Amino acid sequence: MFEDGAIINELLIERLNYFIYVVLLLIGLHAMIAKRNLIKKLIGMSIFQTAIILFYVSISVKNEATIPIYKAEHDPHGAASKAAAIELNSTNSGKPLYAPTELQSSETQQYANPLPHVLMLTAIVVGVATLGLALALCLRIQQGYGTVEEDELLVKLERSDARYSLSPLAKAISSRRRPARNSRNPRATGKSSSTPKRSPGYGKNLGSTKASKPSTAKTKTTQANKNPNSVNRKPGTTSAKIGTKKSLPPKKTSIKPAGKTSPQQKKGTE
Amino acid sequence: MKWISLIPVFSVGALLLFAAKDFPEWGDPHSPASQSPVSSHFINNTGVDTEVPNMVTAVLADYRGFDTMFETVVVFIAGIAVLAILKGSGRRPRGRHRSYKLEAEPDLIVTYTVRLVVPVIQLFAFYVLAHGHVSPGGGFQGGVVMGASFILIALAWDLDHALVRMSLPRCMVIAAVGIIIYAGIGFLSMFMGGEFLDYAELERLLPVSREMARYYAILGVEIGVGFTVASIMFALYANLSSEGRLKGGL
Repeated sequence: MFEDGAIINELLIERLNYFIYVVLLLIGLHAMIAKRNLIKKLIGMSIFQTAIILFYVSISVKNEATIPIYKAEHDPHGAASKAAAIELNSTNSGKPLYAPTELQSSETQQYANPLPHVLMLTAIVVGVATLGLALALCLRIQQGYGTVEEDELLVKLERSDARYSLSPLAKAISSRRRPARNSRNPRATGKSSSTPKRSPGYGKNLGSTKASKPSTAKTKTTQANKNPNSVNRKPGTTSAKIGTKKSLPPKKTSIKPAGKTSPQQKKGTE
Repeated sequence: MKWISLIPVFSVGALLLFAAKDFPEWGDPHSPASQSPVSSHFINNTGVDTEVPNMVTAVLADYRGFDTMFETVVVFIAGIAVLAILKGSGRRPRGRHRSYKLEAEPDLIVTYTVRLVVPVIQLFAFYVLAHGHVSPGGGFQGGVVMGASFILIALAWDLDHALVRMSLPRCMVIAAVGIIIYAGIGFLSMFMGGEFLDYAELERLLPVSREMARYYAILGVEIGVGFTVASIMFALYANLSSEGRLKGGL
């Protein structure tokens, strides 16, 4: 039963369409699970969808059957049904009536199954619309975070969570630290408190407490001096150095003011 | 760690292949799907019920009219959602993208070819839409062909050229009109005494039999679908290609 020849024959020749559908489906599934890039995930989703469409269409096929459109002899407006109507009209007088007749079961075999075609017709168009929506979301993510790689996104999301949704405990910790830092480095905090750039500093403080002191000092310098450069470097951040947490915080702050400083920079250059 | 994902993938594949052994063979006329009373009812009675030769169109717009209506609404909502997500988000000026902006003229050969081809495409779109009763076609297909013609204009010149002919507010209005046509025909048949989307009741408005009332109502419904799909296809392209800025773009 499970001899080599038999099962390969079964899968690759008699049921090749199901084999192809399974392979396509697996390619799509693997892309959706394993790929880190959101666009690649979407490509996987499309391949998955194609596999389902192939499955449905291959179900609706009948041997020696035509597409689900009536042939001339069954056409409700064709010559055959008109002749039948004339016959009817001659027997019972009254207003003329067409009489398309119901098909017999032997004639049913001449047409492919219309139902899967209908389902897939709508599925394709709705699939295009949902794919467009997914691409729009990806575009927005790319605009907001500068990346569509999932692992980089998770790091950035974690950090922005730490920045914006402080738990009470974390708030208490940060408020305890604030005066200490003020006393130690009055000029830098004074400057940052006047600008909205201050909030990233606190978030970073929570996210990586160990590396907070050197990194804050570093970010201050980057904000003060390197802003034009950091804007130019910004697209490079997509190329991933996520492993080390130390290198990340300055990068993050360099992203944050990018939107605000770039108009000035542009004005300067133009 | 990526290889871990191969475990569920291959287990799913093994299950599916195991099940594929029991599926009917390719083209088997006695497969359960072909033997089901639903499918054979559609094949046998479409001509009697609606006088539409194309069973797919009749099933799509009449037997499964409710389903199709909300599929159209899904397309419409997807268009609105893309608009809501991307509108105004791409305004952030980017120093790096400025350098990409080309001042080059559109290619002469391409624009002349497109100029010749676009009217034919649009005419073909109307043909596909209106001829969906007797040949493969219908609202979805015609709508997509129509949307593609506008996308072709946007590709050959630039997005502004296409937006002059089909601005985004107009797109949304047309899409909404399409759904209103569809739902309106449904409600009209309801007010005529039938059920929602029971087109046969429209015979009181049209000087035709009940079956031909269904025939014409299917055409009206397909036109509504075509409106929505065509404009949403172009709106999707316009928003996605320009990151919501609606100028420049590809």
